[in-house]
Amino acid sequence: MNLATQTADFRNEPEPKLACRNVWKIFGNRPRRFMARHDNNPSDEALAADNYIGAVRRVNLDVYPGEIFVIMGLSGSGKSTIVRCMSRLHDPTHGEILFDGRDLSKVGKKDLIQIRRHKMGMVFQHFGLLPHRNVLENVAFPLEVQGKGKRKRIERAREVIELVGLEDRIDNMPSELSGGEQQRVGIARSLAVEPEVWFLDEPFSALDPLIRSEMQDEFLRLQRLLHKTIVFITHDFDEAIRLADRIAIMKDGEIVQTGTPEELLINPANDYVAEFTSRIPRGKVISAQAVMDPLPRPEAVASDEYDAPLISCESTIDECAQCVLTQKGPVAVSDLDGKIVGRLNRETVIETIFSNTSDNGYESS
Amino acid sequence: MSLHEAVLRKETDLLSSEERLKPRHLRTLGSLAGMVAIVTAMTLLARQFAWVGDYPDAWIAPFEDWLNVAMKWLIHECSFGLFTFKEFTRSLAWLAGWPFKLGMGLLIKGFDIALSLPVAGRIEFHLPHLSWVGVAGCAALLGHYLQGRRLALISGGCFLYLALFGQWASAMETFASILIAVPLGVIVGLLLGVLSYWSKTAEIIIRPLLDMMQTIPIFAYLVPILFLFGFGPVSAMLGTVIYAVPPMVRCTHIGLRAVPDTQLEAGIISGCTRTQLFLKVKMPSALHQIMIGINQVIMLTLNMVIIASMIGAGGLGYDVLTALRRLHIGRGLEAGIAIVVLAIALDRLSQAATQGKVRKKSFSMGFVYNHRYSLAGLFLLVLATMLGSKLAFVAAYPEDWFITTAPFWDGLMSWININLYDPLYAVRTFLLIYLLVPFKKFLLNLPWLAVIGVLFFAGYRLGGWRLALIVLFPALFPAVTGYWEKTMYTVYLCGIGVLIAALIGIPIGILAAGNARSAGTLNLILDTLQTLPAFVYLMPCVMLFRVGDVSALVAIVAYAVVPAVRYTLHGIRQVPVSVLEASAMSGCRRDQILTKVQLPLALPQILLGINQTIMLALSMVVITSLIGTSDLGQEVYIALTKADIGRGLVAGLGVACIATVSDRLIQAAAELKKERLGLT
Ligand SMILES: Nc1ncnc2c1ncn2[C@@H]1O[C@H](COP(=O)(O)OP(=O)(O)OP(=O)(O)O)[C@@H](O)[C@H]1O
Ligand SMILES: [Mg+2]
Repeated sequence: MNLATQTADFRNEPEPKLACRNVWKIFGNRPRRFMARHDNNPSDEALAADNYIGAVRRVNLDVYPGEIFVIMGLSGSGKSTIVRCMSRLHDPTHGEILFDGRDLSKVGKKDLIQIRRHKMGMVFQHFGLLPHRNVLENVAFPLEVQGKGKRKRIERAREVIELVGLEDRIDNMPSELSGGEQQRVGIARSLAVEPEVWFLDEPFSALDPLIRSEMQDEFLRLQRLLHKTIVFITHDFDEAIRLADRIAIMKDGEIVQTGTPEELLINPANDYVAEFTSRIPRGKVISAQAVMDPLPRPEAVASDEYDAPLISCESTIDECAQCVLTQKGPVAVSDLDGKIVGRLNRETVIETIFSNTSDNGYESS
Repeated sequence: MSLHEAVLRKETDLLSSEERLKPRHLRTLGSLAGMVAIVTAMTLLARQFAWVGDYPDAWIAPFEDWLNVAMKWLIHECSFGLFTFKEFTRSLAWLAGWPFKLGMGLLIKGFDIALSLPVAGRIEFHLPHLSWVGVAGCAALLGHYLQGRRLALISGGCFLYLALFGQWASAMETFASILIAVPLGVIVGLLLGVLSYWSKTAEIIIRPLLDMMQTIPIFAYLVPILFLFGFGPVSAMLGTVIYAVPPMVRCTHIGLRAVPDTQLEAGIISGCTRTQLFLKVKMPSALHQIMIGINQVIMLTLNMVIIASMIGAGGLGYDVLTALRRLHIGRGLEAGIAIVVLAIALDRLSQAATQGKVRKKSFSMGFVYNHRYSLAGLFLLVLATMLGSKLAFVAAYPEDWFITTAPFWDGLMSWININLYDPLYAVRTFLLIYLLVPFKKFLLNLPWLAVIGVLFFAGYRLGGWRLALIVLFPALFPAVTGYWEKTMYTVYLCGIGVLIAALIGIPIGILAAGNARSAGTLNLILDTLQTLPAFVYLMPCVMLFRVGDVSALVAIVAYAVVPAVRYTLHGIRQVPVSVLEASAMSGCRRDQILTKVQLPLALPQILLGINQTIMLALSMVVITSLIGTSDLGQEVYIALTKADIGRGLVAGLGVACIATVSDRLIQAAAELKKERLGLT
C-alpha cells in the first residue's frame, strides 16, 4: 500500500471534498411526498408496503481530497445510485450532497453544468461512449461542449489519450475497439477536463481478469500522477483492497461500515461485513502494527547498533512473513521514526495468514 | 413476458391441449354463432321494415354540402384583413413554386438569364441544363461513396437506362419533384417528430393525425389542396408531402426515444446544456432511425409523385396515365418500367445511406481528401455540362439512339390477345361468375344494420364496450353520408383481394421460412416489389385481363400480397431455435412443430401482416378506379375531375373509415392472441 503511505495524511484534512449527509434515493410514485409522510425516515416495511424501492437510504460519508474512496456491495445494493446522486445525475430524494461544502442539490442548473464541466469526471460501468464519434472526438467531447477551440481541444485530447496509451487508435470508432480499449477511452474522456473529483462506476467489471488487473495497475499509475479525489465503485473485494484508501460497504441501500481495508478485516461491524471479507487473504492487508505485541513505551535504537532484523510497522504480514518465520524468536517492529514499538512472533504470523481459510473449507480440501 | 417463457407455457399447453382447446373453440364458435344470429335476425327484420335493409335516403346527412359550403367560405370570404385566405394560399403556392422552377431548370430546361449591367449593357444568355452524362455519373459516384462498386454500377446503370430508353426528360421531371418534395417532407417530418418528442400534448395531437393521413386515400386530400393552391406541380408537391411525412415523424420520434441512457448520462456529466445534449448526443444517436425515415419518405414521394400526375405533375406518372387512358400498353409499360428503375436506384441509394458505414473523417488528411467525392461530382457535372454546349449528344441523349421496347410490348400484347385470349377469358369469366359476382351480391344485399351489428358485436368480443363504440362510429359514417353502397363495393373488392392475397402469401411465407437461403432471396424480391409504386401494377393486369373488376382484383392481390408473406416469414423465423430444438426433443414431427409451435406463436405477427395487407389493398382499390371499378375510389376520382370538394372528401373519409374499422378490430385480435400466448 505505497499509495496509502503517500496519502496517509488525508484524514488530518478537516474539510471533506465531497460528503453525503443522510442521503436517500427512493424510486416509486411521488417519492418526496412519501418521504414527507414518513418524517423523512420511512421504515423498510413502509417502503415495501407501498411498493417503493429504497435504493439509497440514510447514507453518510465523507470523501477527503486526494483519497481513493471505494464503495462496494453486491449487485443491486445501490452503489450506482449513490454515485449518481453525488454527481446529480439523480436528484436525491432527501439529504444533502456537499461538494466543497456547498449543497449540490440546491445548486442551479447553470452552476451545475459549470461544476460538471470543470470539476467532475465520470467513468461509466457500460462505457457510455458516443458511437457516432471516433476516439479523438469522444475524448474531446467534454471540451467541445465547453466551447473550447478546436485546436486546443484536440491537443488536450491527444494528451489524455496518450496517458491511457491509445495514441495509435485515435481515428477508430468505438465499435472497432475491444472492451478494455473502450473503457480506456471512457477514462480518457473523463480526464480531459482535469476534474477535481473523479467518479468511476465499476469501470473494470466488464473486463476479463487479465485486462482488469492491467487496468488497475494503470489506474494506480494515473492516480500517482494526478492525485484526484476518487470515488470508485466495485463489487470485487480484491479490487477494492488493491485500490482503496478507505472502503464503504453497502447493503440494501445502506452503508454498513466505512474504514480502511485493514479495519474492515480486523473489526468487521457485523456478520455481513465479516462474511464479505472472509475470503480475503489477510496477510496481504493486515499490517505488522495491527497484530504485534506492542511495547509499553517505544524504545529508541541506533540502527547501526542493532543488527537483528527490523520490520516496519506498516509492512503487511505477507511482506514480513519470511523474515519472521526464518527467525527463532519474535522480531522487532519499528515505527516510521525507527523506534521499536513492538514485537511480532511466528504464531501470530501463521495465525493471521491462515485464519480466514480455516473457516472456509480449508479442512475439507 | 419473454417469448421464451411464452414458449414454455406453450409446451405445457401441448401436454394438456385436449382440455384447453375446448373453451377456446367454444369462444370462437360463440362469436361466430352470434354473428350469424345477428345477420339472420336483421335479414328477417328487413322484410318487415325497409329501413333495416336499406338506409333511408331521408336520414342522409348532407355532409358533402356542408363541406362545400365551408370550403366556399374559406376560398371566397375568409380574409385576414389585409389579404384573403385564397390570396394567402396562392402566394404560398407561388413561393413554393420557386424551388420547383429551379429544379426543372437545372435538370431539364436550363435557365434564360437576362442581365442589365451598367458597363456591358444588356446581356442575355442561356445557361444549359445539367447533362445526362453528368447526372448519371453523379449517381454512380454517390453509389460508390455510400457502398462501393456494386452500388455504383446499379445506380449509374439505372440512370443510364433512363437515357438509353428515351425516358430521360420525363424521368427528370419526376426526379425534380422528388428532389424538392423529399427535403420538404424530411424537414416537416423532423420538426413534427421532434415536437412530439418534446411535448406530450403535441404527441397526443399528432398521433391520430398521422393515422388519418396514412389511411385517407391520397386522392381525397388532393381535392381541397387543388382548390387552395391551384392546379399544377405545387399542389402535387404539397399532397406528396402530406402523404410522405408520417413515417418520418414516427421514425424521428422512435429514434429520439431510443437513445440509450448510457449515452445521455455521458452527455450530461460532460456538462452539456439541454440544446447541446439534443444536438450532439440525441440527434446523432437517432440518426440511423431518421435515415430509415428518409428512405421511406423517398419511396412514398416517388409513389405519390406518380399519382399526383393526375393533378398536374408531369413526368413518368403522366406518361403512364395517358398511355393507360388510350390503352397504349407498350408505351405505358415503358414508362412504368422507367418508374421501377428510378425506384430501385433511389431505394438502393437511400438504404445504403441508412446502413452505410460511417466514413471516418481523417484528421491527418486535408480538405481535398475529405471532400473528394463531392469535388469529383461537382467537377463531373460542370465538365459534362460545358462539353454539352459544344457536343449536342452530351447535353441531351439524341433521339436517334433511343432504344424502344414499345413495339415489343405491343407485339406481346397482341400475341396474348390472339393466343391466350380464350384461356384468359375463361379465367376471367369463371372468377366473375363464381367468385366476384356472388360475393358482391351478398355484400350489397346485406342489410346495413346487419353489417353494423356484426362489427359492433365483433368489437365487443375482441375489446369490450370501448372497442365496440370506437368501431361503431366509423362504421356508421358511410351510411349516414349516403355512401353505403359504394362502401360495400369497396369492401367487396378489397375483401376478396385480401382473402386471395392471404391464401397465396401465408403459404409462401411458411414455405420460405423453412430455409434461410430461400428466405433471403424472398426478402430481396419482396423488397423490390415494395419499392414499386402502386400505379405500376395496373399495366400488366390491364394487359392480361382488360379493364374491369378482374383486372382490379389481380392488381390488388399483387400489390397487397407482400406484407402477408413478409410478416408470416418474420413471425415464423422469430421463434427461437432453442424452442424448436426443445419441441423436436419432445418428439414433435416437422409438421407438428409447424402447426403446434411455430404457427401459433407466429399468429399475432401474421395477423398484423393481414392488417397491412388490408391497408395496401385499400390504397390499391382506390387506384383501380382508373380502370373502371365503381367503388369509393371512383367517387373520389370523379370528384377530382369535377372539382367537387365535398364529394371527394366524404368518399375519401369513407375509405379511411373502412381502414379504421379493420385496423382496430385486427389489432385487438392480435393483442388478444398475444395475451393468450403470454407474449405481452
Ligand atoms: N430508475 C430506477 N427505477 C426503479 N428502480 C431503480 C432504478 N434505478 C435503480 N433502481 C433499483 O435500485 C436498486 C439499486 O440499484 P443500483 O443500480 O444502484 O445497484 P448497483 O449496486 O449499482 O448494482 P450493480 O452492481 O448491478 O450495478 C436496485 O434494486 C434497482 O432495481
Ligand atoms: Mg451499478
